[in-house]
Amino acid sequence: MQARPEFVELKRRLRRFVFPMTAFFLIWYATYVVLGAFAHDFMATPVFGNVNVGLLIGLGQFFTTFAITGIYVRFANRELDPRAAAIREELEGRVK
Amino acid sequence: MTLYAADSTVGNPAANIGIFALFVVITMIVVIRASKKNATADEFFTGGRSFSGPQNGIAIAGDYLSAASFLGIAGAIAVYGYDGFLYSIGFLVAWLVALLLVAELLRNTGRFTMADVLSFRLKQRPVRVAAATSTLTVSLFYLLAQMAGAGGLVALLLDIKSKSGQSVVIAVVGVLMIVYVLVGGMKGTTWVQIIKAVLLILGAGLMTVMVLAKFGLNFSEILGSAQSMISSATTEGVAKRDVLAPGAQYGGSLTSQINFISLALALVLGTAGLPHVLMRFYTVPTAKEARRSVVWAIVLIGAFYLFTLVLGYGAAALVGPDKILAAAGGVNSAAPLLAFELGGVVLLGVISAVAFATILAVVAGLTITASASFAHDIYASVLKNDKVTEAEQVKVSRITAVVLGVLAIGLGILANGQNVAFLVALAFAVAAAANLPTIIYSLYWTRFNTRGALWSMYGGLISTLILIIFSPAVSGAKTAMIPSVDFAFFPLANPGIVSIPLAFILGIVGTLSSSDPGNLEKNAEMEVRSLTGIGAEKAIAH
Repeated sequence: MQARPEFVELKRRLRRFVFPMTAFFLIWYATYVVLGAFAHDFMATPVFGNVNVGLLIGLGQFFTTFAITGIYVRFANRELDPRAAAIREELEGRVK
Repeated sequence: MTLYAADSTVGNPAANIGIFALFVVITMIVVIRASKKNATADEFFTGGRSFSGPQNGIAIAGDYLSAASFLGIAGAIAVYGYDGFLYSIGFLVAWLVALLLVAELLRNTGRFTMADVLSFRLKQRPVRVAAATSTLTVSLFYLLAQMAGAGGLVALLLDIKSKSGQSVVIAVVGVLMIVYVLVGGMKGTTWVQIIKAVLLILGAGLMTVMVLAKFGLNFSEILGSAQSMISSATTEGVAKRDVLAPGAQYGGSLTSQINFISLALALVLGTAGLPHVLMRFYTVPTAKEARRSVVWAIVLIGAFYLFTLVLGYGAAALVGPDKILAAAGGVNSAAPLLAFELGGVVLLGVISAVAFATILAVVAGLTITASASFAHDIYASVLKNDKVTEAEQVKVSRITAVVLGVLAIGLGILANGQNVAFLVALAFAVAAAANLPTIIYSLYWTRFNTRGALWSMYGGLISTLILIIFSPAVSGAKTAMIPSVDFAFFPLANPGIVSIPLAFILGIVGTLSSSDPGNLEKNAEMEVRSLTGIGAEKAIAH
């Protein structure tokens, strides 16, 4: 079962989405934390009113978190669920 | 948490207690109604896997948003500004790890506990013992921090200043927690968390709207008034802070900057390794529902932290740092004082009761997780070689819950007034170092074997504990748990930056240094099952 093309395809699609996305948000978060720890003056640069760069990047973290969640759900519903369901039905059908 | 500050509490303690008592009565009724059938292990440990994704997502938010994150973060933003906000972002981004890497595959592979997943294809007994050890460690630290925190909350909200009075309240919290878990099992506990999460998020949302309305919906103006209140503060060291930029709390030296990065690492990687969070994924019927749970949790938790941003700066602007720092409870009193400022006695009573409910829901979630792990991993699998009935597992779990509850009351009373704030950070650090590497490896790396798991789990657990014992959090600093002696040699209060990479590396070294190829058939079965849910979903249909 593990070597069947349908399953290999499912696994490949999952990993090709999940690993780069994880790398992206971890690097983006790390950048933010390092800026927050060391680049105080840059973060304090005013943008408009009392809102500065640091606050915008912080809110940007919220935005990307929500966005990645949305993108992943769309991806999983379209690409993963039908494939997993097809394999499951075939296999469980065969067992019975 | 400062307990001895001089100022008197605001509001009406009787109203606070009354609203809290109402919460207890309502949740008890719900718990008793929900507990009609708690006979099987599935019912008791996972609520029969009958919760929907949205329900579980709300319960996850209820489990996750502890009093520390409500009162603590709002207070930190009110007094230190931006650095408090940085903290909350770690707590949120962490959920992407759970969503993308852990939740669905874990749901498909396990049954009751984290150890189910790890021992699926590795050697049962040693791996279960290791996983249960770290589960119990994380749960106990987290539990202790909550119980000790309850003492400080009492001083603030109920105006009980005597140590014995606070001890009584800690005992009441502990007894209520035991009752919720014994009577309600996972189903009852989940409903307590759902009710609490709804109240907490609605309460915080209402206060946010009120703050925004006071400033004509202009967020920039809130920031401006917060900064000017801080700048005109008379409390020592506060006035020179720039609360709109990072650095007020962690900016002092290179050590404190690295310490902050270390904390950020533990926060972002710890969440997906917290056993009480992982166990929540078993309460839903399918992987798809597990995914929906995390989506709901991310939206609610994200919204909540955005509220705390407004509340924190709002408290600085409307209440002012001097008043906050002088109040009983110190920084933690920012949100309650803001509630009083905005809505008088009634709103303060509601927010206080919600804060208490928060502690109750979190400790109940921790207790059921720890007792499930003991009954299922240690008692049933290791001591009795899986020759126990499910009813017996449930019985052992109930007994464990009582023992844990009594232990938590005792330790909570002892720790009351001590500086144990580091325990929450420690729980996250242990979860990130001892649990997450092994979970990730066993889900994604076929070659991973038993030795790798044991080295990684014990290495992560032991290195985290040793580093924290010899850190300024325990001795040698003014804010340490034991300030009078100094045996600290590790400069960081947060050990994550060392112990988390170490645990990841130990997992690789342990695996590669062993010729154990694992059980190839089991590896294949786990891989197929984790991705497709074969076996996992069918088992529930019966």
